[in-house]
Amino acid sequence: MEKKKGRTLARNNSKARERWGFYFCLPFVITFLIFSVYPVLRTLYMSFTDYKGYGQENFVWFDNYTRAFKDPLFWDAFVNTLKMWGLNIVLQLGLALLLTIIFSDIKYRMRGLSLFRALFYLPNLIACTSVAFLFKTLLDWKFGSFNQILMQLGIISEPVNWLGYANTAQIVVAVIGAWMWFGNSFIMLMAGVQGINREYYEAAAIDGAGRWKTFFSITMPLLKPIMIYVAITSLIGGLQLFDIPYLMSGGKGDPSRSLFTAVFYLFNMGFKNRQMGYAAALAFVLFVIIAICSAVVFKLTNRKEKK
Amino acid sequence: MGVTIKNKTIKGFIYIFLILLAILCVVPFFLMIINSTRSGNEIMTGFSFFPGGSLAENWKVVSENLDIFRGMLNSLFIAVCSTILCSYFSALTAYGLAFYKFRGAKLIFGVMLVFMMVPAQLSLLGFYDLCNNLKITNTYIPLIVPSIATPAVVFFLRQYVLSVLPKAVLEAPRIDGASEIKIFHKIVLPIMAPGIATMAIGTFIGSWNSYLIPLVLLSKQELLTLPVMIGSLQSVTDIASNAGATYLAVAISVIPILIVFAFCSKYIISSISAGSVKE
Repeated sequence: MEKKKGRTLARNNSKARERWGFYFCLPFVITFLIFSVYPVLRTLYMSFTDYKGYGQENFVWFDNYTRAFKDPLFWDAFVNTLKMWGLNIVLQLGLALLLTIIFSDIKYRMRGLSLFRALFYLPNLIACTSVAFLFKTLLDWKFGSFNQILMQLGIISEPVNWLGYANTAQIVVAVIGAWMWFGNSFIMLMAGVQGINREYYEAAAIDGAGRWKTFFSITMPLLKPIMIYVAITSLIGGLQLFDIPYLMSGGKGDPSRSLFTAVFYLFNMGFKNRQMGYAAALAFVLFVIIAICSAVVFKLTNRKEKK
Repeated sequence: MGVTIKNKTIKGFIYIFLILLAILCVVPFFLMIINSTRSGNEIMTGFSFFPGGSLAENWKVVSENLDIFRGMLNSLFIAVCSTILCSYFSALTAYGLAFYKFRGAKLIFGVMLVFMMVPAQLSLLGFYDLCNNLKITNTYIPLIVPSIATPAVVFFLRQYVLSVLPKAVLEAPRIDGASEIKIFHKIVLPIMAPGIATMAIGTFIGSWNSYLIPLVLLSKQELLTLPVMIGSLQSVTDIASNAGATYLAVAISVIPILIVFAFCSKYIISSISAGSVKE
């Protein structure tokens, strides 16, 4: 009898103790519900209304969505985003992978990893606004240092208006993106390499595997989860591209609307044209596309592994 | 013999490539600093590797038109508050999720994971509307308070606390009758400190550089953060028409981060590495 009583007491005690875990999570949960969950649900509801950011909102069912699918300006902006992201990710991951190969090579034993890593990462630390303004000024058609240097080196004979043509402006944005992010990807890949057990490499060396064979049979497969992670986070971030094109074009999206990105268009719709309901629908269309793309990237990269 | 010479040449080329790449990363900042000391006219006529003598003049233009140190203080205030809140509450939540079994723990964790995948633009409009209705636009509340709930940091710290804190450590103080919250403050928090510091750096930089949300929420001149201020440079005609002053304003916004980076680059890099290995 005594013993049993003691046990229930202990159980009650431990239950009371476990409840502390919930109390510890409470500030998080409350803040999360207010500032993360509610805004998403509110956006979702908004996307079915003609809300203008103030006053009355009327339920319009799927009107905003049908409009989104027929809106050529939105899809142009989306294609612009894809183009810029595509070039950006090829440059960024390519460079990061090349650097990873260089620094993980057992034979060369390159020095200065921490110094180079720090320098490569530097552009990522700077606020987008500063980066955008810096490059806008450096790339100025007539007075920018970039053209002046190229002309002094004799690479070009007269100044190029980099931000004046659709194609070059998009390339500039993609290159700036790669410049900002390749160091970040490199650090992530390198962290992955350093997590690989040295024994694998030693075993490969004993088996007489060459440098490339070692890289493709050991480093690459083991790095794959991180590469997928980098690719997907970059996709999610890249399809939301906003700051740099917005600032480089002074909020106008020119030349010839080439710097309009999907989120840029959404931003203008919601905060400049005050069509909050429609902008909310665009946000959800974009979200669905991002989710599908992430799933496809994930599936594709996983399937190769099985073969 | 031949092989080593060949290897050395290849190695030399690789170093040249690395150095060129490093220069590419640094040169825009170098040009920025040089040009911020030259007059608008000098910059128009050509490029130079040597600083000019117009720093004071440029500074006069910038300081007359832009309260840049105010912006810096505003950004610093927001970033410091967000970092402290995010660090403390993320650690608390992570510990709660990892070491206690209570109803709803799995649900909280699951919802958190889902929201880690949700892109920020999805909540932007709803967030703006919420702040409008609560009448907290043009305050720092929406820029600081939401950092209490940062799923990615909680996720990382949960893994971290599971790996550094043996459950047995908690038994002795419990027998001594210490309260759970006291145990967290006196024992768990110090053990988690390195992991928290790693995440804090990332939170600080993210908050310091954040642009879109403050752009949407702040309109009062004296509240603007540094990135928003720099983003509006174009509309300040006196600065926009003078390239030297533009460079100087951007330089002032960049230099604090460069100084911080010079001292903490090691920690910043380990913070990113940690972010990737968690997967």
